[in-house]
This record gives sequence, structure tokens and C-alpha cells, in this order.
Amino acid sequence: MKKMKKIVALGLAATLTVASITGCGNKSGADANTFVIGGIGPLTGDAASYGISVKQGAEIAVKEINDAGGVKVGDKSIKLELKFEDDQAAPDKAVTAYNSLMDNGMNALLGCVTTGSCLSVVDLAKEDGILMITPSGSAADITKNDNVFRLCFTDPLQGETMAAHMITDLGYKKVAVIYKNSDEYSTGVYEAFAAKVEELGGTITTAEAFADGEDFNTQLTSIKGTDAEAIFAPIYYTDAAHIVTQAADLSITLPFFGSDGWDGILDTVTDKSTAEGATFLSPFFSGDPTAADFVAKYQEEYDATPDQFAADGYDVVYVFKAALEKAASTDSEALISSMTQISVDGLTGTGISFTAAGEPQKGAKFLTIKDGAYAAAE
Amino acid sequence: MKNKKIDKQLIKNIAIIVVVYAVVAGLLYGGFLTRQFRSLLVPVCINVILAVSLNLTTGFLGELTLGHAGFMSVGAYTGALITMNLNLPLVVEFPIALIAGGLMASLFGVIIGVPVLRLHGDYLAIVTLAFGEIIKSLINAMSVTNGAMGLSGIELHANYKHFTFVFILTILTIFAIKNMVNSRQGRAVCSIRDNYIAAEAVGIPVSKFKVMAFVVAAFFAGIAGVIYGHNVGTLKPTTFDYNKSIEILVIVVLGGMGSIKGSIIAAVILTILPEVLRGADEFRMLLYAIVLIAMMIFNSSQLKERILANDIVAKFTKVKKEA
Amino acid sequence: MGILQNILEQVINGLRSGSIYALIALGYTMVYGIAKMINFAHGDIIMVGAYALYVGITLLHLPIVAAVLFSIAVCTILGVVIERVAYKPLRSAPPLAVLITAIGVSFLLQSLSLLIFGATPIPQASIVTFEGIKIGGVSISGITIVTLIVTTICMIVLTWFIHKTKMGSAMRAVSEDKGAAELMGIDVNKTISLTFAIGSALAAIAGILYVCQYQSLRPTLGAMPGIKAFVAAVLGGIGSVPGAMLGGVILGLIESLSKAYISTELSDAIVFGILVLVLLVKPSGLLGKIRKEKV
Repeated sequence: MKKMKKIVALGLAATLTVASITGCGNKSGADANTFVIGGIGPLTGDAASYGISVKQGAEIAVKEINDAGGVKVGDKSIKLELKFEDDQAAPDKAVTAYNSLMDNGMNALLGCVTTGSCLSVVDLAKEDGILMITPSGSAADITKNDNVFRLCFTDPLQGETMAAHMITDLGYKKVAVIYKNSDEYSTGVYEAFAAKVEELGGTITTAEAFADGEDFNTQLTSIKGTDAEAIFAPIYYTDAAHIVTQAADLSITLPFFGSDGWDGILDTVTDKSTAEGATFLSPFFSGDPTAADFVAKYQEEYDATPDQFAADGYDVVYVFKAALEKAASTDSEALISSMTQISVDGLTGTGISFTAAGEPQKGAKFLTIKDGAYAAAE
Repeated sequence: MKNKKIDKQLIKNIAIIVVVYAVVAGLLYGGFLTRQFRSLLVPVCINVILAVSLNLTTGFLGELTLGHAGFMSVGAYTGALITMNLNLPLVVEFPIALIAGGLMASLFGVIIGVPVLRLHGDYLAIVTLAFGEIIKSLINAMSVTNGAMGLSGIELHANYKHFTFVFILTILTIFAIKNMVNSRQGRAVCSIRDNYIAAEAVGIPVSKFKVMAFVVAAFFAGIAGVIYGHNVGTLKPTTFDYNKSIEILVIVVLGGMGSIKGSIIAAVILTILPEVLRGADEFRMLLYAIVLIAMMIFNSSQLKERILANDIVAKFTKVKKEA
Repeated sequence: MGILQNILEQVINGLRSGSIYALIALGYTMVYGIAKMINFAHGDIIMVGAYALYVGITLLHLPIVAAVLFSIAVCTILGVVIERVAYKPLRSAPPLAVLITAIGVSFLLQSLSLLIFGATPIPQASIVTFEGIKIGGVSISGITIVTLIVTTICMIVLTWFIHKTKMGSAMRAVSEDKGAAELMGIDVNKTISLTFAIGSALAAIAGILYVCQYQSLRPTLGAMPGIKAFVAAVLGGIGSVPGAMLGGVILGLIESLSKAYISTELSDAIVFGILVLVLLVKPSGLLGKIRKEKV
């Protein structure tokens, strides 16, 4: 008798478990009047700041759109809903995050934030046929499938543009490089940069790599020992802040050049003069008058200054809105084919349009830091 | 009499395996699983293989190892490079990749086996951690592994669609290690853990068995790596840092050192737990940490023994049923 | 002159990061010597120290000296509390159970600071306003000088404390033989708490020096120096106080020189490779005691 009870209890527990893992009865989401945008990015771990920025930027855009009555799709207006999942910047976690979002009725994917995660979900998104727009995944391979688009520039494009700017426009001959060899973005930009510099007749005096951590004194001391005329650092602003601070400590006065990851550096350095004169490629800067409204909202909501990632997240939501309006349908196929016909005025560029290959077409701005503030470079 | 008992145990185990498989496969192929859980099936199997193999060195040999992810990465990269370059049918190239990945990882196991002969305890732990980090740096610097950019576009030979195959591999691993532990060699390994001076004194070749345990553990970690690569489709060196090794170690310790059953159960729970906690959003990692600490303290407190003694669990389930 | 100058500057870089490693390694080594556990959460105490300084200066507007004391006090209390709550119940558990708990505590501290302070790096100006000096073309920054002086003082005081005071003797006795020490009337629990307190206070100082050097805060900032310091402690012989100091400085020098003159890409591999080699030649680290095992 006691045994029977045990078996019944076990059976009960098993049924409960099965119900929870099969999700019987809670097929949520698919309300015809909501369009669910799934987001994937790191919300915890080392890369958390990027994912959180994208999420917060996107949340502001969703709120703006919904407050204004939603998106007009055909003859009815629908609301947007953002569901953002953490992947800790790990490809395997991105796959489960993706599947979890599909369970929750995702209609289109905003993500992933990091390149490795993007690569691990592109084929899944292709299988499901949904529209995927990555705000910041910059490796060339991400957009190989025709349902994937990206908002940021690719790594090779950035590297080549900066090389041309430094060698051809500014006439530098010898350049030193610091890059993060454990990061695919940094390595990708550096490799394209190095190839282009050589092609244009310049030399790279030394390419100093780092994997992790905050200490760049060794690399900077090495650069100091060469006859470089400028330093190119294709890295994110968090690392860049350490580099300019430590360079100032070591009395290095060479001009710095960076990639689009440098945006946000002024809020991260304690002494703004250390970043003075640095030039970098950026689609967005928070001091831009057109971004003032967004910056104010962001500051009010999250008590922080938005960076490039936040602007990317914000813009992607507006790209979704434009695609929905153009397609006049929430059908994935229609959305994908309408992507090449839209033009969006966003924070990261005006008149952003997309090629069939999934690449954005928008102007790149060179920013330079002047008197402790961002300014457009001459 | 003894033989009969063993047979009974074996039959019971096989029955459990068949039931587990039937339930999971039924849910999977019948389309009842949510996609989130569907994508967790293979990671659960991978973690079971990793935990069971790590248990061999940490639980049975008694040496703390912090570099298991290193072996895994060697296997993952070897396997991925093979299937990416061979272009043979799945049934041919994937077994080749699995074996090659395992063998390559066990080759590294031999290399690590050398310091194992001289060191133990925390010193060995830090050396295995060092080896794991060295492997990571080398993979990051090599061009054949595509450096920091990693490999992508690996064919998905081991994703949920191939669950049956992955499940069989997992079962084979468990049986192989279980058999090894119960064999003469396994008893020798355990005797080294319990008292290696005594083991040496009775003529057990301590060095040979220590290296053997590391090589076997590395082999299976390599296989887990191959499955990992062919499940996710991308590989990058930073995935296999010491945090990954620690993750596996946590599973082994939580499941109970030297308990294969414990490793399996802990692997299943700890793979699914963070996913179930997704709803908790930013509090997810916090909850995970608290659960981890609480479980460790609970495990070694008197409370656990009291509960086991009084069979409170049974009473609890009884109450639940009536409710 | 140019090359010599460059080498000298690299050596100074190595000494600076090495002395921070040494400070952190001291915490690992003392706790290991007494409680026989690897306190994996030690790296995160550095992070707490750094954030506490930020709270003291930027949010509470305390004067610098008060903010430094505040940060040290927070870490000291935290260290003792962690020991009491998380490690003490496990004192008779196998060492690995304690290790996993320590990892859990490390996750806990990181996710708490992520929840409280957010993931975006917070800038925090250095509290060292003292300008660097230049000797014969070699420039040494102010923070480098302060770091070297502070760590030297800490080490001298600690050595004095362990060898010349009553509490120091108690600590040595407990690390030698816990049971015998208890029989001699030493309060083992109090001694272990004291060890955690001192280790955490040193971690707070390391955290403060760290902020002054790198001037930004993020929840995972303690992980990397933590693991490097752990390596340093083992290199010098875990459990040995002079060993931790030596290990830290050597690790800093190897790291800096291998990055500068061999390869920045492989510097981690070189650091760990040297560790393996040293341990193969001297299995208990540079200054570690060789304990003959008996049946």
C-alpha cells in the first residue's frame, strides 16, 4: 500500500515535470495584435554592458512606438513587445536562448549582440525563416543567409576605412597597433587594417595584442620604443579608456585612432584630456543634437548616458517598424523582402538602407575628441 | 549468488535507460517538447559525459583537476576541423571525428600525465588549470583554428535531430567508465586515492594508473568536445576557459565525488536549472549562486542525514499527493 | 640607451603589477595556510574594495583617508561574515566542497554588484594626485611609486605581525597543527576569523591600488587579478608568506617581460608554462615547505 502511494506520487511529479517542459497549454505570444521581437545578448558576465545597452535602447524604442499607438500594418495597428534573453556571450547559451524565445512566440530576432552568438543562431533563424537583424555582430559570415541583416559596419570595412583615412588622408607612414586577440571584432578589424596599410605603402611598426585585463603598460612601453607616428586601437571604449589613461601616465603623446567601439570613451575616462585628439569611426555619438531626445529619455529611465550599443538597439527596433509598415504584414517572408526597400532615419545614420546581402548603407562619420567633447572630424 | 545480484543490477540499469530514452525520445519525436528543452537535450548529454569522465580523475583518483575544458577544446577543434575538411557522408566522417577528437585529447592527457606523477593536491590543480589556459592561448594564436575568430559553419551532426546517437554515446561512456571503475584497474585507482603509499607498497604501479586515469578522462572529454562543436556549429577559444572547467567540477562535487549516478543527476539538474531560472531575468545568476552555496552547506550538514534517516521525503510526497 | 631605458621601464611595469599580485596572493596563502582551503572568492573581495572606495568618495563624499578606511573596513567585515556564514559550516567537509562553496560566493558577489552598480564600467579618478618622476629618461608614474611603497609597508607590517605578536604566533600554531593548537588553549575560530579579516583587508588595499591604476570599475574586475594571484601564491609555495610575495613579484616580471620581448599573444601561455616548469622541478613551489607524507 505504501509502495502504491509512492508510485502515485512519483507519477504525479513526473506529470508535473512533463507539463512544464512541454509547455502544454501555455503557447503564449501569438496574439494577432502584438509583434514579438526577441532579443539575445549578454546581460551577465564580462560582456554584460553591451547586451544591457542594446536591451535598454530597444526598450525605449518599443515604448516610444507603442505610446504613439503602435505600428500600422496594413489597415490595423499592432503593438510591439520585446523579450530579451541573456546568453552570457556564449554561443551554446545563445542557442537555448533562441529556442526559448521561439517557444514564447518570437516573430523576429533582434540580435545577437556578440559575433560568436550570432554565428551559432543564423542557421536556426534560417530554418525558421524569421527576420534577424543584428545590432552589433560584425563578422562578415553573419549575413551569409538572406534572412539576416546587420545595422553596424563589418570588421573589414572598418579596418580598410581607417587605414585609408590614416595613410592616405592624414599621411602617416608608421603606425603601431594595439588589439584584443581574444576578441573576434578587434582581430577582424586589425587584420583588414594591416592588409590595407601595407597595400597603401605604410608600415606597422608593432602590433601589440592583449587577451584580457586592464594592464596595457607593457604594450604601450613597447610602442614607445618604436618610431611609430600614430597608434591604432580597434577595441571597445572600456579597454580604450585604460589605454589612453596609461599612455598619458607613460607620457606617450602619439595620436590615437580607434574603431567604432570607441564611442562612450569620454564617460569612462576620469581625465578627459587623456583622450584629447583621438579620432575614431562612429555611426553615433551622444552629443549629436539629433540624438538629444533619445539621450534625455535614456538618462531619465536608466540614469546613464547611452552608448553606441544602445543606439544600435534603438535603431533596429525602428528598422523592424519600417519593415512592418512596408510589408503591410507580419509575415516573415514579406518582412524579409521588404528590408531592401526601406530607408530609416535613425540615430546611427540618416537614410539607412540595406543591401540584399544584408549590409547597411549609411555614412560613416569620423569623430574626434576636441576640448573634452566629441566633434566631427575635419 | 553474487553473479545473480550483479545481473539484477544490470537489468535494472538497462530498464532505467530504456524508460528514460523512451520517454525523452517519445516527447522529442512526438513534437511535445518545447524548443528550449529540445535544445537542452544534447547539452545535458555533453555535461553528463564531461562530469562522469571528470569524476574518474577527481572522484576516483582523488586529484582535483581544473583543466577539463582544455581537453574538451582539443577534441572539439580536432573533430570540427575533420568534418569541415573531409566532406564525407555523416555516417563515415562523424565517427572518425569522434575517435580522432578523443584520441587527440588523450594525447594531451599523456602530456599532462607527466606532471601528475610528481605533483598532487592543490599544486596539481593549479598545473591542470595552467594547462587548460595554455591550450586556450595556443588555440587563440594558431591559424589552423582561425584564432580568436574561431570556427563557424560546422555541420550540425550532433544536434537534437541526432539525439538517439548522442544518447547512445552517453550511455556507452557511462558504461565504459563504470566498468573501468569496477574492474581491477578501477580498484587500483581507488586504492591510490585512499592511500597511495600503501598502494605502492602492495605493488600497484601507481604512476601507470594515475596517467591512465587522466588519459581515459581526457579521451571522453574530447568526445564531449566533438559533440559540443557539432551541436552548436561554432567554436571559439574563450568558451573553454577555466570557468568551463569549474562548471564541470561543480557538477561532480555536487553529485558526490566518486558517484557516477550522482554525477549524472547533477549534470541534468545543473544544465536545466539556469534555463528554468530564465524567468528570473537579472536575478538569475544571483539565484544560481545562492542555490549552489545552500546545496553545498546542506550536503554536509546534519540536516541531510536527519532527513534521510526519517524519510521526510516520503512523508512530503504523501502530503503532496493528498493535497 | 634607448633599449636599456625600455627594459628598465618594462621591469618597473612588472614590479608594479607584481606587487599588486603579491598583496592579493598573501590573502590566498594565509587563508590556505590556516583553513587549508582555496578561497576562490578572494578575487571578488578586491572588486568589493574597489566599489567601496567609489561609494566612499563619489557617493558619500568622504575625505580620501576616510574613504580608504571605509573600503578596508567593508572588506574586513565582509571577509569575516563570509567565513562565518559560508565556510564555517563546512569546516569538517571535504576540501572540494569548500572550494565549490567559495566559487558560489564568488558568483554571488559578482551578481550582487552587477545588480547594484550595473554592468557599464564606472569611472573613478585616482586618489593619488602625486606626479610621476623621471630618472635619467625613465619615467615612473606617481601611482607606481605609491603602489611599491604601500605594498612594501604592508609586507613588512604583516611579517612583523606574524612573527612578533601573540596573535601572529597563534596563527602560525593553527596553521601548523589545528588540533594541537586548540589543546594549547588557542581559540581556533577566532584565529581563522582574524586570518580572513587580514586577508580581506589586504585585498581591499589591492583593490584601492587597482582603482588608482586603472580608474574604472566593473563587476568582474577581480576575476583576472584573482586567478593570477592564485598562480603567484602557488608559484611561491602556497601557505608561505614570503613565498607569496616572491611569487607575485616574479609573476609580474615574467608577464611584463614576456609580453614585451617574446610575444603578447602567447604571454599567458608563457606565464603558465613557467609555473608548470617550476613546479616540476620544485613540486611545492619556490619557498613552500616539503611535507614528507607518512602512512
